[in-house]
Amino acid sequence: MKPSLLASLRGYGYIAPAVLVLGVFGVFPLFYGFYVSWFDWGLTVERFVGFANYSRALFDDADFWRALRVTVYYAIGTVPVTMAIAFVIANLLFQRIRGRSWYRMIYFLPYITSTVAAAAVWRWVFYPHRQGLASSLLAWLMGGGAPDVQWVQDSRGVIALLGEWMGMDLSAWAEPSLALVCVMVFSIWHSLGFHIVIMLAGLTAIPKELLEAASIDGATGFKRARYVTLPLLSPTLFFLLLISTIRAFRTFNEVYVMASGETTGSARTLTMYIFQCFYESEGKVGYGCAVACLLFLMILLLTLVQTRLIGRRVHYS
Amino acid sequence: MARRIGTHILLILGAVVMVSAFAWMLSTSLMTDAETQKVPIALVPESPQWGNFAEAYDQAPFERYFINSMITSVAVTAGVLFSSILAGYAFACLEFRGRRLIFGALLATMMIPFEVTVIPNSLIVMRLGWYDTYLALIVPWTASVFSIFLLRQFFKSLPRDYFEAAQIDGCGHWRYLWQVAVPMMWPALVTVGLFAFLGSWNSLLWPLIVTDSEMMRTLQFGLTVFLQEEHTEVHLLMAASAFTMAPVVVLYLILQRRFIEGVTGAGLKQ
Repeated sequence: MKPSLLASLRGYGYIAPAVLVLGVFGVFPLFYGFYVSWFDWGLTVERFVGFANYSRALFDDADFWRALRVTVYYAIGTVPVTMAIAFVIANLLFQRIRGRSWYRMIYFLPYITSTVAAAAVWRWVFYPHRQGLASSLLAWLMGGGAPDVQWVQDSRGVIALLGEWMGMDLSAWAEPSLALVCVMVFSIWHSLGFHIVIMLAGLTAIPKELLEAASIDGATGFKRARYVTLPLLSPTLFFLLLISTIRAFRTFNEVYVMASGETTGSARTLTMYIFQCFYESEGKVGYGCAVACLLFLMILLLTLVQTRLIGRRVHYS
Repeated sequence: MARRIGTHILLILGAVVMVSAFAWMLSTSLMTDAETQKVPIALVPESPQWGNFAEAYDQAPFERYFINSMITSVAVTAGVLFSSILAGYAFACLEFRGRRLIFGALLATMMIPFEVTVIPNSLIVMRLGWYDTYLALIVPWTASVFSIFLLRQFFKSLPRDYFEAAQIDGCGHWRYLWQVAVPMMWPALVTVGLFAFLGSWNSLLWPLIVTDSEMMRTLQFGLTVFLQEEHTEVHLLMAASAFTMAPVVVLYLILQRRFIEGVTGAGLKQ
């Protein structure tokens, strides 16, 4: 039976506030941004330029490609590492140990704190010269021979620097920069708790009998984690992989706060680049929208590819 | 037994790393300017300088930033709760044409990252004449698909008998919703409200783009300005970071379970 018109109207009334806000500020801007991306759109001019913004980004803008590479490095450097550490800690916490909720509370704490304030602190952890915590740690570990590292202000490649330090010439490896790696370290610290909490919830959802059966068959420690827990947890891990890759592609706050001293762009992510198109140079609004549309396309493709390639292999019990 | 101890050692080591940044922030925020410049660095202040917090607070219009952030976050939270309660109830308990289609469309909008639409969004806000006002900071954030989704689950789990009993007493949908259903689900509302508040309090990109004057800056925006000023001293910056984090950290310590529930709800029910 179809709902009556009156009942339908009531329903529409109830959803109206949410639908209105999401429509005007969520869906419409996507299409509007796509429209603007075909224009040379500044504060005064509005001129249709067709595909020009896109071709400029794709074929004529080294900064765009650099920002894309930085973003990809960022995703590759943070997501798998965070997931691996979180997997170990979640497994440790999943045993019946004392103080479990205390540990969980502490590991989760960074995730809820403001990225801006926390990144401001980490900017000083990675402060160049001796006053920074990272430099002091290095000096303490290595004594007087510790190099004077520029950390978050260093645009040189981290691999090249390591090579230099070990007496090898690896200067061809100019990316990713040390500045970017510092931001990555922050990101891992900041999002670890989120991964742990989600993995713990996933572990709790695994039927106890399965884990017990594995123990009876002699699977303990590493073996149990690799052959029993890992496959059973795969839906959770897949969800985390998807959501944190997307997040990595959207990174803005920590780069804005930590790497603003690094002006060569070696730590500039795509979102940061879009922001600068809009904010710092007048008349690049249309171009910024084109880059944003490309970013959206990439995120969609990533989601699709991950769902197709990995999603098929995920084990759902 | 030995394995237990090994586990604890690993976990404590990890916890120390997690906490170290906070500890360093607090300890540095209590140092004198001279102490922050020592080489090798000082780990604890000789005598805690509690006055640093007041000094940092007075060095920039932090009071104004605080008020702006409070107004924005409280209004956003109220808006999200209002729109999500109504929509969540409609999608769970009301019959109307196109319900499944509209709900599916709403879920699909979660795929649009805010960073992608930030430029067109700001153009819209300017066209509306909201640039550099509270309206710009608040209105675009007063609806959340995640909150609708979460509350819909809760409304669905309420026994149908309650509504039928209320109907016999002459109670319609509107009164049933606000007088019977909502009071029964306050834990879910706290969770949804917390995340709305948290998101609004911690946001940077949007206030950065739609506000301009010092009087409209939020706390996060104000902190980045403070950070980039040449003369800012480390101990004052640390103090400012500490009081920027404080409200959410206090909320977290009080309502920890709701936070964790909210996160796992987001993770497993998608």
